[in-house]
Amino acid sequence: MYDIKALYEAGSVEEAVSLLVEHPEAQIIAGGSDVLVQIREGRRAGVELVSIYGIDALRGICYDEEEAIRIGSLTSFSHIAADPIIQEKFPVLGEAVSLVGGPQIRNIGTIGGNTCNGVTSADSASTLFAWDAVIELTGPDGIRRLPIQEFYIKAGKVDLRPGELQTAILIPKKAYEGYTGRYIKYAMREAMDIANLGCSVNAKLSQDKKTIEDVRIAYGVAGPIPLRAVTAEAAVKGCRTDQKTIDAFGEAVLSDIHPRDSWRASKAFREHIAKVLASRALKESVLRGGGEICE
Amino acid sequence: MYTGKSVKRVDAFDKVTGRTRYTDDLCDRSAYIAKVLHSTIAHGKVLKIDTSEAEKIPGVVKILTCFDLKEKHYFPTAGHPWSTDPGHQDVADRLILTDTVRFYGDDIAAVVAEDEVAASQALRLIKVEYEEYPFVLDVQEAMKDGAPQLHEAFPNNILKHTRISNGDYEKAIQEPGLVKVEGWYDTPTVQHCHIENFICYTEQVNGRIHVVSSTQIPHIVRRVVAQALGIDWGLVRVEKPYIGGGFGNKQDVLYEPLCAWLTLQTGGHLVKLDVSREETFVCNRVRHAIRSHIVSWVRPDGTYAARKLECFSDQGAYASHGHSICAKGAGSFPQLYPCENVEVDAYTIFTNKPAAGAMRGYGIPQAMWAVESHTEEVAAVIGEDPLVFRRRNLMPVGYEDGFSKNKLYTDSFNQCLDKAMEAIDYKRKFAEYQNQTGDVRRGIGMAVFWYNTAVWPISLESSSCRMVLNQDGSFQLQLGETEIGQGADTAFSQMAADVVGVPLEKVHIVSCQDTDVTPFGTGAYASRQTYVAGFAIRQTGLLLKEKILDYAHELTRMPVYNLDIKDGNIVRTTDGQALMSLAELATEALYSLSDSRHITAESTYQIKSNAYSFGCTIAEVEVDIPLCKVKLLNVVNAHDAGTLINPALAEAQVHGGMSMGIGYGLSEKLIFDPKTGRALNNNLLDYKLSTFMDHPHLQALFVENPEPTSAFGTKGLGEPPACSVAPAIRNAIYHATGVAVNEAPVNPHILFKAFTEAGLINDEPKGPSQS
Amino acid sequence: MSNRYKLIKCTINGKEREVMIDVRASLTDLLRNDFRLTSVKKGCEVGECGACNVLINGECFNSCIYLAVWADGKEILTLEGLSDPDGGISDIQQAFIDEAAVQCGFCTPGAIMSAVEILNEGRELSDEEIRIRMSGHLCRCTGYENILRAVKKTMLKRLGKAEQ
Repeated sequence: MYDIKALYEAGSVEEAVSLLVEHPEAQIIAGGSDVLVQIREGRRAGVELVSIYGIDALRGICYDEEEAIRIGSLTSFSHIAADPIIQEKFPVLGEAVSLVGGPQIRNIGTIGGNTCNGVTSADSASTLFAWDAVIELTGPDGIRRLPIQEFYIKAGKVDLRPGELQTAILIPKKAYEGYTGRYIKYAMREAMDIANLGCSVNAKLSQDKKTIEDVRIAYGVAGPIPLRAVTAEAAVKGCRTDQKTIDAFGEAVLSDIHPRDSWRASKAFREHIAKVLASRALKESVLRGGGEICE
Repeated sequence: MYTGKSVKRVDAFDKVTGRTRYTDDLCDRSAYIAKVLHSTIAHGKVLKIDTSEAEKIPGVVKILTCFDLKEKHYFPTAGHPWSTDPGHQDVADRLILTDTVRFYGDDIAAVVAEDEVAASQALRLIKVEYEEYPFVLDVQEAMKDGAPQLHEAFPNNILKHTRISNGDYEKAIQEPGLVKVEGWYDTPTVQHCHIENFICYTEQVNGRIHVVSSTQIPHIVRRVVAQALGIDWGLVRVEKPYIGGGFGNKQDVLYEPLCAWLTLQTGGHLVKLDVSREETFVCNRVRHAIRSHIVSWVRPDGTYAARKLECFSDQGAYASHGHSICAKGAGSFPQLYPCENVEVDAYTIFTNKPAAGAMRGYGIPQAMWAVESHTEEVAAVIGEDPLVFRRRNLMPVGYEDGFSKNKLYTDSFNQCLDKAMEAIDYKRKFAEYQNQTGDVRRGIGMAVFWYNTAVWPISLESSSCRMVLNQDGSFQLQLGETEIGQGADTAFSQMAADVVGVPLEKVHIVSCQDTDVTPFGTGAYASRQTYVAGFAIRQTGLLLKEKILDYAHELTRMPVYNLDIKDGNIVRTTDGQALMSLAELATEALYSLSDSRHITAESTYQIKSNAYSFGCTIAEVEVDIPLCKVKLLNVVNAHDAGTLINPALAEAQVHGGMSMGIGYGLSEKLIFDPKTGRALNNNLLDYKLSTFMDHPHLQALFVENPEPTSAFGTKGLGEPPACSVAPAIRNAIYHATGVAVNEAPVNPHILFKAFTEAGLINDEPKGPSQS
Repeated sequence: MSNRYKLIKCTINGKEREVMIDVRASLTDLLRNDFRLTSVKKGCEVGECGACNVLINGECFNSCIYLAVWADGKEILTLEGLSDPDGGISDIQQAFIDEAAVQCGFCTPGAIMSAVEILNEGRELSDEEIRIRMSGHLCRCTGYENILRAVKKTMLKRLGKAEQ
């Protein structure tokens, strides 16, 4: 039995918005795998909740009119991983969300919840950062869209205004077409774990597959919120797909990341792993793009 | 014969259909819910507890604090048999609620409410004022003069120090040509993590306290609840239903005394105390972290001239099982690799951490971590194959322990090693993995273990058994030994069927222990159940058989010495003729108008023997050096547990122990905040219990040398599988990388440090490298 | 408090149910307390151990972190629902018995329900895939070894394949 003061259930986005306006103190609950745990801990005990879990319109994946991949915010991780559009155009996201917790968590956990709680370790978030995702929010004043990097404000805080809920995550066509990538989760266990570090890399190769035309890299847990390693991206853009480039990429990330010391892992350890993961993920991205690592 | 066969578990059907009732499933919904308020400091005095706001919460029945405990009855909690000699009794240092806080999480107050939400709300509103004292978390720091003191009666926080001195160590090390090998070895604080948390409920019935508890030791719980309440022992009745694992944590009296007291404070009402997972990690028991220092003096011919061990066992805040754990580990030291000149100093030290108690292996996993890591070092220093070195120095056949009279009758160690080596293709892999280079390397390593079953002659060993014959020739079987998931009920049923001579389905084991009804027995621990219960089952079975055959003599007019019971029939042994069924006899015996008898048998057997149970682990790993990650590729355990009663269940038991060993070696560690003493990862997300994905295929092998002292040729297997896995993994990592890690668990954090120190990881900017 | 109770309709183990629930209840609370389906176990109450796992519309969920109100309109299957009315049990339950995959039995109901989800897909999975699909269950007794065996044997049997 949870210490919940009141629960309001929304059946549609419009209803959710009006419930949120009507109950300004209320917090949104989607799949609840974080919210309910925090209520039990006492951190959110006695809350009012607006449940959006029943809004089926927010589930599913499709292309929008501009061929962006549109992921409904309530789509569960397991449904994302099994979706044919994701498997064809954005398999890295499927791989990333298949590393969240365990199977039951992937059935209840939603991508909207994963991004709205603003935590740096979210397995989907670094990949969404690395693929220039756009967040769609719906509120009393209608719909607004913003790049995911602007959505995250600080640890645990995202740009969700009163009365708003996240309704979709979009990957524009130019952000996915021609890119191949890889997400590597670094954790202490092979399942049921949170990332000590997450690294998502993708690259677009030249026609002859010998040059990295574009590269994007984002981390989870390398800072208080997910972040892009822009120095590293600049350092290897236009470079040959060789081992030197792979190594240089790993070295360069240190100028971008600022992990902290905690009991979960030391700063030095996280920095070391960040380098190794960057290099390995870039290498895989190149290989998946049909390239090879030349000497 | 049923013993020796892999019959299906007697409780499996109910468990796969959801019909098995555990404590919470049995509790009536009228129960009040109790929740405990734990201290938020590691050491100090509770000055004041303000419950006024909390009492306003609707649904709160009563809030009781340490200041409401008017009669202070200090009690011990260890699941040991009581000793009538005060000198051998466990340390009684616990109170139901305490105003002296000794660890972060100590029990200072409790809320009784009508529902759990009200109880939780009230807990959050209680305000506590403390006087804070400095605290100490490290064992060696705690021993120093001037360190914070936990218990007045134990200066320098030393609960106990024992010493073993054989031969003349100081003289022996003067021998010319000796090589000295020295090392420090650390094991972590870990927790049992049975999937059912501890839970109990209590109620007053006809003036007595009725306790239902998820425990391994119902008869001991009865005694301790009475001691804690200061009442006669007979006023307490304890029932133990099926339990969701124990592994030693439930071999301690946990919250039964508090719950019983809350019942008494609420007019005898039914009160349920359901411990959360977070509390289980901190407020139950943990495994003792033990730091060991070993010095070996080795001759050029690869024999030991002298050996020395110092070990420091972290008891945490309360005595619980106390020094027994460290002493058991220390006791293995002179025996596993016998040497004429040995010195052992074993210390058990209080610190401001959760109390440590019994946990699967009882000091031996810690000792084997130290000794088997060290053995690998010694072999490396003298340049010898670690297998050859072990074979030369291990306890020889015929070795007898002067104290316990345990004896190694057969060549168990070498037989187990041979079997495990063959299964994992050790020799080929050992040669193939020498001198690797590159980022990803493989290795194979071994460790042996020493273990002895049961607690005799340190404590009492007895087992009582009752058999009650039914009209259909079946009988109820009752024992004080408890089913805790290990399969004891099945093994007992197999034994009883064989001794009496009936089909297995004619044995109805009474799984639930009820101290009002069940014959006395001290419970499940020390890998003793199959061994000790075997004596009582055989003795009682023979007694029952004697009574049956005596009645058969009346009915058949055949002499008893020509009668036997086979497959549920009274058989004339001279011609094998079945004269009547046991069912016919039992019905006649009960309803006979001329000679009615209720045929039952009950007896107690006091066991004054004990057995060694030896074996080994071999592990194969792949180490990704840049990622500081170890992948366990293969692991095999080989055991000599004597004659197996049920090979399939024995194998399953070994899998579970190996799994616990894998976590011990690679991932599990309860971490404490040095600034506050608070546990940081007391939940199943942050405490890294290994998952389905972290296990390779587990292989369990057996060498079956019948144990001559045993009633059924069998001996302990519950704890041994957890004893040698961690050091075997550690030695495999050493083989793969050349890096010796002496601190468990060998997790990526530890490997990062170790690989950096060894130069295998170099984070300075570098040129192109091989990948 | 307003909105404290809600009437929901759902199917539990094949039976249509209509029940007034406290909106604060988890699905574990509903199944254990209102329907006495005590195979649904509490081991952590935060979705880490898998002991409370049940099938909702054919997918596995940890019922401890699933609000009971969400069960409205859903089909729920617990371990109790696998036995037929005559007391016969399913192949996967029998396999857990035969392979000695049961010890203390506390994780067993949840683990069997994950196995049911996997087996219902009718696909052949590698050992690695079975491990991934079963990885939401913590077990301290079995080392997972015999659970893997039980799931694999049942899978192969259903697919008409002999074990290699």
